[in-house]
Amino acid sequence: MSKAIVATASLAGCFGCHMSILDIDDRILKLIELVEFNKSPIDDIKTFTKQCDVGIIEGGCCNSENVEVLKQFRKNCKILISLGECAIMGGLPAMRNGIPVKECLEEAYLGGPTVGLNSEKIIPNDDELPMILDKVYPLHEIVKIDYYLPGCPPRADLIWNAVVALLTGDTMNLPYELVKFD
Amino acid sequence: MSETVKFTIDGKECTAVKGQLLIDAAADNGIYIPLLCHMRDLVPAGSCRICTCKVNGRYMSACTTPVEPGMNIESNTAELNDIRKAIVEMLFVEGNHFCPSCEKSGNCDLQALGYKYQMMVPRFPYAFERRELEASTPKIFLEKNRCIFCKRCVRLIKDEQGRSIFAFKGRGKTLEINIDKKLAANMSDDLTMKAMNACPVGAILKKEVGFINSIGTRKYDKEPIGSDIEKIHQ
Repeated sequence: MSKAIVATASLAGCFGCHMSILDIDDRILKLIELVEFNKSPIDDIKTFTKQCDVGIIEGGCCNSENVEVLKQFRKNCKILISLGECAIMGGLPAMRNGIPVKECLEEAYLGGPTVGLNSEKIIPNDDELPMILDKVYPLHEIVKIDYYLPGCPPRADLIWNAVVALLTGDTMNLPYELVKFD
Repeated sequence: MSETVKFTIDGKECTAVKGQLLIDAAADNGIYIPLLCHMRDLVPAGSCRICTCKVNGRYMSACTTPVEPGMNIESNTAELNDIRKAIVEMLFVEGNHFCPSCEKSGNCDLQALGYKYQMMVPRFPYAFERRELEASTPKIFLEKNRCIFCKRCVRLIKDEQGRSIFAFKGRGKTLEINIDKKLAANMSDDLTMKAMNACPVGAILKKEVGFINSIGTRKYDKEPIGSDIEKIHQ
């Protein structure tokens, strides 16, 4: 059997979910027998070089770059997995969602207690910077997502069980302790 | 002597005192019917509908239905569990429930029901309404983002003269939980703990006790909600 090709990305996330992927301990050796990584921070491949079987994404969409990367993943991966609370519901970055973006930026760059060095009172506006969205979006509100793995971070065993079940076609082992929202 | 009645829940023969609320009678017979707004001995509110059962073929909330002889009750069925899961999902998208940053996480009834029904993602879009955190009283954080309007605190928490410390304000979309700041200033530590423990979510928090139990030792880390009820009668 040829190896499945996996791509991963962290959008508006903290990389904690990727840390949890590494938390599978010595099973990482088995993982390498099962899969080949393509675009991913794990092997530092920056752009898709081939069609992938599984895309695993942590973090929600908070800016235009996140949306672009997410759409690339949808295009290049047969199956997309939302990994973790931020991907599923926006997570902690989405705590700004009830507040208008203008108010957030003014608090961050003009009015907040730590903006002393910003003497010119500039809200970053360089063309090179991705445009911030009106709110942080869960991934499934932008593209179709096939599977969801909750947790902050999702437990390593949950990720392992899910990936193995997906690749082998077996029923997923889902004990109570593994599905947690924190 | 009060009259004893016989009835069945999912085919299991049960007995209770006539007139006892179905949800309490079920618990006494070792059957857990999920609940968020109900508390034993409080006047039923019937507000969350998570305890919806089929009584003789009709949908009824178990917390407002007194048991009658010969009742045929369905509770743990695929249809009812999907309705309950949908209610949990609606509550998750209606408020702002950021579990990773919530002090109640692991001890939260709403979250525990999410675990029980294996809610991987809500089927409804998130509302992300802007709500306030009321932190000006000395002992309590009132986190309105998390309130699910069960009215437990309104019904249960009173001062020595029987005055309610919590109350609802507004109607419909503008409904919100509020705290009487003057009465709250005189709350004892015990009453504050009682309020926090009665809240099924993390809307009422006692200040300075956050994250007191580590992950793995909290109420719903290892065992699903309702296991205590189901264990008694095994």
